[in-house]
Amino acid sequence: MMVRIQTADFDVSAEIAALRRNNPKIGAVASFVGVVRDVNDGGAVAGMTLEHYPGMTEKAIEEIVVQAKGRWKVIDALVIHRVGTLKPTDQIVLVVVTSGHRGDAFAACEFIMDYLKTRAPFWKKEQSGEGSRWVEARATDDIAAGRWRLKG
Amino acid sequence: MPMVTVLYFARLREVLGKSSESIALPASVRDLEGLRALLIARGGAWEQELAPGRPVRAAVNQAMAVGDVQIADGDEVAFFPPVTGG
Repeated sequence: MMVRIQTADFDVSAEIAALRRNNPKIGAVASFVGVVRDVNDGGAVAGMTLEHYPGMTEKAIEEIVVQAKGRWKVIDALVIHRVGTLKPTDQIVLVVVTSGHRGDAFAACEFIMDYLKTRAPFWKKEQSGEGSRWVEARATDDIAAGRWRLKG
Repeated sequence: MPMVTVLYFARLREVLGKSSESIALPASVRDLEGLRALLIARGGAWEQELAPGRPVRAAVNQAMAVGDVQIADGDEVAFFPPVTGG
């Protein structure tokens, strides 16, 4: 398992290649990339700054990955989350899960992302022509994380 | 007196005007809810932002925590808005 918080961009192909290198047990790789949009809640977004809680962020994500490994047959997982200043079209977050089969890889990848949205201590501040504002948490994110409690 | 480090993040950090402080816990304060009440008693922005019902989350020693979690000397406590990463 690897969790990285960084300001630098990441290369999805290189990260996936490194995660599955020399492991013939892997039959499926699922990945998710989160990207900065130029619009949010109907308003234009020129850029954003991501703040986090160093130390807790890594622990929270590691805990989420451990939970995913307890629920599905996961061979390995990688989470990279960027912090600092980002602009529309920039990559923010990468989740990669390797498994023997696609069902486990898809489910674990979505679970990690849903829990990261509600449990990992990151905060976005968006900039627009009218100034800047802290993004408010969405109820739909809690619902997305909550539905995993009902699933096997 | 037991001492705790208290951290504030994101909008709370800006509105409260500080990112961290050391707080000496009076004998009456032994859990997270008690610490929050101590901060609310400062009045002004503290009272407004940390009042019951406000969207505030907390962590004790870097793990998400709710009201009756015990706090003790040397603990790191954080208050912050609901998270918005990903």
